[in-house]
Amino acid sequence: MTLTHEPIEGEHFIVASESTGDEWEIVVGLEVHCELATVTKLFCGCPNMFGDEPNTNVCPVCLGLPGSLPVLNENVVELAMRLGRALQCSVEPSVFARKNYFYPDMPKDYQVTQFDRPINVDGWLDLPDGTRVGIERAHIEEDTGKNSHAGGSGRIHGADYSLVDYNRAGVPLVEIVGRPHIRHPEQAKTYIDELRAILLTTGASDAKMEEGSLRVDANVSVRRVGDTELGTRCEVKNLNSLRSLGRAIEYEARRQVDLLESGERIKQETRHWDEGAGRTRAGRSKEEAEDYRYFQEPDLVPLVPSAEWIAAIDAAMPPLPAARREALAVASGLAVTESGVVIAVQRDLDQLALATIAAGGDGRRVLTHVEHNLSGEGSAGLDPATFAQLVGLELGGQLTATQVKTVLAEMLVSGRAPDVIAAELGFEAMDSSELEGVVDGLIAESPEEWSDFCTGDDKKRAKLQGFFTGKIMKATKGQADGKAVAVLLESRRVESL
Amino acid sequence: MSARLTRDNVAKVADLARLDLTEADLDRYTEQLSAVLDHAEDVASLDLDGVPPTSHPLPLVNVLRADVVVEGVDREEVLSQAPSVEDRRFRVPAILGEEP
Repeated sequence: MTLTHEPIEGEHFIVASESTGDEWEIVVGLEVHCELATVTKLFCGCPNMFGDEPNTNVCPVCLGLPGSLPVLNENVVELAMRLGRALQCSVEPSVFARKNYFYPDMPKDYQVTQFDRPINVDGWLDLPDGTRVGIERAHIEEDTGKNSHAGGSGRIHGADYSLVDYNRAGVPLVEIVGRPHIRHPEQAKTYIDELRAILLTTGASDAKMEEGSLRVDANVSVRRVGDTELGTRCEVKNLNSLRSLGRAIEYEARRQVDLLESGERIKQETRHWDEGAGRTRAGRSKEEAEDYRYFQEPDLVPLVPSAEWIAAIDAAMPPLPAARREALAVASGLAVTESGVVIAVQRDLDQLALATIAAGGDGRRVLTHVEHNLSGEGSAGLDPATFAQLVGLELGGQLTATQVKTVLAEMLVSGRAPDVIAAELGFEAMDSSELEGVVDGLIAESPEEWSDFCTGDDKKRAKLQGFFTGKIMKATKGQADGKAVAVLLESRRVESL
Repeated sequence: MSARLTRDNVAKVADLARLDLTEADLDRYTEQLSAVLDHAEDVASLDLDGVPPTSHPLPLVNVLRADVVVEGVDREEVLSQAPSVEDRRFRVPAILGEEP
């Protein structure tokens, strides 16, 4: 099976079967659980803290002791609504329900969640590539305790007993249920990146996949290109990194295509990703929804946020990534989908870029440096006026691209002006006769390569262009301008034909 | 015995609740639970168009608390109540063995 990044008919991505050549489309919907960045748990005053000593953040409520009663944390509602509004959801009156199941990670033997009346419904998330992914709902629920399996093999299967830490039991979560609008493993990763940016921007969660405060399950199905009905899906769990997410979707799609092409049917089931083996395995069979015997939580009253509360959240909403990309695109003259624009916002350097452009820096050059020569950390302190000055020197031909990179690195350390640094480093643009002398000398040194460069095919010529450019840069200690070198080589080639 | 609740239904619910019922228990609970459902049927026979389901007897919404830490229970006291403890965690039987 080959995956192609080439979209067909706009935004669809396909899997081409190796055996039949048929084209299949991957369909993915993601369910994301994120822990909210509150001080305390969802229904009690125990600290919401990752990494504390086991069973130190517990009380009668989160241990499910008889007679204890839950009271909803106001800040959970605030953060859940901020997230919901950032995802363009409407905030609805909601109620809590008990999801009943027997598993020692929940001492009450039920999990409090929102079932038929969730707080946030019907929103969307726009990806940098322009795809709009629908959000079905984003509801509040409580996290479970943490089981570690001991004895036997030390893994889940074959364990003799489990040890349970209830520090995480009752920590507030929002589950964000995305619609099946994702068509490619890379797009799934982009969706998580974008969602994480929104979680951070709104302050709803610290969204750390490695600490489990952001957890992703992927519903994966395939269908023949052109079909409109959804295929039978499998839910893939145990995705601990973006890399796992992409690999698991690709593996699962291939598995399903193979099954369908050999005339078998897909069984709807939960599957676990095994990162080491690079495959998914069938997990426990999915219990039917009614087996959870949901019913309204009698100890909690309905949640009906006032119109004023929702309006205050909207009024205080910080600029979201999509709007920030839009502003940067307008200022720079680039498209919102260009990587410089996308990455500047991802690295939180869009304000720096905007200020630099406002100070006279060329938009495309500024964003090229943000993309390739600046990381998120340590770059925010760069002075926009001097950054703009540097870009001006580059554009005016006083500094080559290589020299600009060196000067920029020095500016980040010392904060001094680029012309001062360039003068100190002895960076001066080579005049053209000097460059010609170097180039002609090198051509004379390598007559065979030169002859091949002049008469070879495109591939050979590209290779030898690199050969000569490398030698010229070495001879000039990087002071030659790459573009000028390319122009000169080409004109010498034409002359010698 | 009511037609809307079968003995199999009761057996299934008992299984989900991890209750080990005898044959006599199943008969008895099927009868008792059927009586409860019959009573609910009396309510359902009324004209309830436009009457929203009651989720809570009190006319209350938005009972909230501030996001402030309240002291919980000491770990030693908590663990002293557990039937089995290891490594400051609750030790419980392996559960996944039950799964198909």
